[in-house]
Amino acid sequence: MAQAVELILARQLASGLSVPILLVDARGDTLFYNEPAEAIFGRSFDEIDTLGFEERTSILAPRRANGERLPVEQLPGMLAMRERRPAHAQFFIHGLDGVVRDVEATAVPIESAGGHVLGVIVVMWHGRMAGPE
Amino acid sequence: MRITIWGSRGSLAAPGPDTIRYGGNTACVQVDAFDGSVAILDAGTGMRHAGLRLAGDGRPIHVLLTHLHMDHIQGLGFFRPLFEPGREVHVWGPPSTTRNLRARLTRYLSPPLFPVRLRDLPSKVELHDVEPEPWSVGAFRVTAAGVIHPGPTVGYRLEADGAALAYLPDHEPRLGSDLLDPAWTSGFELARDVNVLLHDGQFGDEEYARRVGWGHSSVTHAARLADLSQARELLLIHHDPDHADAVVDELVAVAAAERRSGTVRAASEGLALQL
Repeated sequence: MAQAVELILARQLASGLSVPILLVDARGDTLFYNEPAEAIFGRSFDEIDTLGFEERTSILAPRRANGERLPVEQLPGMLAMRERRPAHAQFFIHGLDGVVRDVEATAVPIESAGGHVLGVIVVMWHGRMAGPE
Repeated sequence: MRITIWGSRGSLAAPGPDTIRYGGNTACVQVDAFDGSVAILDAGTGMRHAGLRLAGDGRPIHVLLTHLHMDHIQGLGFFRPLFEPGREVHVWGPPSTTRNLRARLTRYLSPPLFPVRLRDLPSKVELHDVEPEPWSVGAFRVTAAGVIHPGPTVGYRLEADGAALAYLPDHEPRLGSDLLDPAWTSGFELARDVNVLLHDGQFGDEEYARRVGWGHSSVTHAARLADLSQARELLLIHHDPDHADAVVDELVAVAAAERRSGTVRAASEGLALQL
């Protein structure tokens, strides 16, 4: 399926930036992550085939600093999609290489001019938090 | 389906001896279906000629605007049917999250830029944001989709009488794509398998290299999109105002050499195609 022009441009922007960025569609399925984000996810984007929302959240298993599982609906991407606003969170993930990493993520919804949510762009950082208990 | 080119120039009207074959009027294309349905693609200065042709025939007219840059709307105020009492004219344009089409169009169609206000026209003008899904306009099935160009901009696909055309006069598909992957190529779905793709052919390759991000194509990129989408004919439009006829001829040759299959021509004022 052809992507909306807003997503094409978002991917183009992400591919040219040096901050880690994840781009997901309106279902939450992975459309793209850039080269800096590969260090967080533990695998290059070209190495994965598809990474749907359920599979991604299952593998990455986001957790709070106290070790509790972060509910899916509280992930910044989900909040941004549902509430149509930027959302931010700190958590830990298991990378696709099995390494646990701390992540801060700010998600911003991508809306079309017609007001439809097409997806979310997630900007990420890591290496700023103490390890999970 | 019959296509008539009334304006093929981009950015700025460029009349004169150097542009006499391809024409100096900005973008306007008339499309007629066999049942009499008529659509006008963009309202550049070429629209004046379209208006003379359509004046008095009483048919409802659907004007499909790709975007609201001046070279695509400047002819609206000189479109004769708009001054015919009761004439039904529908104007479609890209949606915006900030202002509706009427508010944006009246920035031009009002003093001091234009002496007549949109609301004072005697015709029956209705303004519509384009639909996110295909819709019908007379005999035409119309599809609009956002394409890469500064500001809210759409391209169109029109289907009728067993034929299809795509119209993307202002488009920079190379900005977000290597033009190899259909899913990530702006304009691909609009142009897929069309009989004729009317596409931005503003720049040669060297010009494009100096103008990346301006929202326009090189003719090489236009040819690659035409091949990717398997458009049978590529009709280059939106010629640069600084390009004399001889330069347009050269760009057609460049695009034709790039195409793997299908033909290439340049749109010229008065050109009529029967699909």
